[in-house]
Amino acid sequence: MKFGVVVFPGSNCDDDTVFALQHNLGQEVIKLWHKDHDLQGCDFVILPGGFSYGDYLRSGAISRFSPIMNEVIQHAKRGGYVMGICNGFQIVCEAHLLPGVLLRNIEQKFICRNIHLKAQTNQSLLTAGLDQERAYRVPIAHAEGRYFTDADTLKKLNDQEQVLFRYCDAQGNVSEAANPNGSLENIAGICNESRNVFGLMPHPERAADEALGNTDGKLILEQVLNVLV
Amino acid sequence: MEFVADINIMPMKEILDPQGKAVKLGLHNLGIDQVSDVRIGKHITLRLEATDAVEAESKVKTACEKLLANLIMEEFSFEVRIA
Repeated sequence: MKFGVVVFPGSNCDDDTVFALQHNLGQEVIKLWHKDHDLQGCDFVILPGGFSYGDYLRSGAISRFSPIMNEVIQHAKRGGYVMGICNGFQIVCEAHLLPGVLLRNIEQKFICRNIHLKAQTNQSLLTAGLDQERAYRVPIAHAEGRYFTDADTLKKLNDQEQVLFRYCDAQGNVSEAANPNGSLENIAGICNESRNVFGLMPHPERAADEALGNTDGKLILEQVLNVLV
Repeated sequence: MEFVADINIMPMKEILDPQGKAVKLGLHNLGIDQVSDVRIGKHITLRLEATDAVEAESKVKTACEKLLANLIMEEFSFEVRIA
């Protein structure tokens, strides 16, 4: 499987993501410049974290109209895999590949720290192989991560098991106290109806190497390799 | 003909606006306790060419719906006038 990491002006997790895929997961990976019109045969496209276009207007709003997004959207509509991490999650929401939006954190602060995540479904590529009872420790780093959508869409997300991750405490309890940013029902990550587009606010690529003292993120990232099985 | 559009984009009423909440607190600290609600949005002005006001309004509406506002979280209103 060939991975492509899109580089927008202001992306800053592109190198981390490439490193994690290449060195920690041993995969073929290339960078895709946002002005290009070609996915160069990539099977799995990742929109990385950062502050694309300086977060001007709304985070992700302007990147959604970068030239390569036409190809990314077509790829997703054909059933190809797309994953947005942090700013990438904001971009896929703005591109309407995933429902909802990421609002300003409830306490107005930029939050950069480790949180815990609990996988919510075994019905998605990203979470099927994860221990559904375990709390995974992964960092978040965002000012706009408060997931929001209307009541009907929320019901649909829950009914169709499209919620991939919720924020929890170290023991795995999903509670208000463990919600870092005021996200609706502690939602940290979701997928689309056809289950080929993923979005999550936490940064698994920042917890994928032994040298970083935490490899829980690697456990999450390597789930995508199950597509090969 | 050149037109000017004044666009207001506001967070939807049912969505908590933490920025507005923080500014309300600041106003109370300033001694203006009478302030009961603050909501913060964006004001955008733009100039555009159009054959008439109807065309200008339709262009501005598209701009708001497709890029300037996110209708999941924001509402917009605008006025278009001849530059």
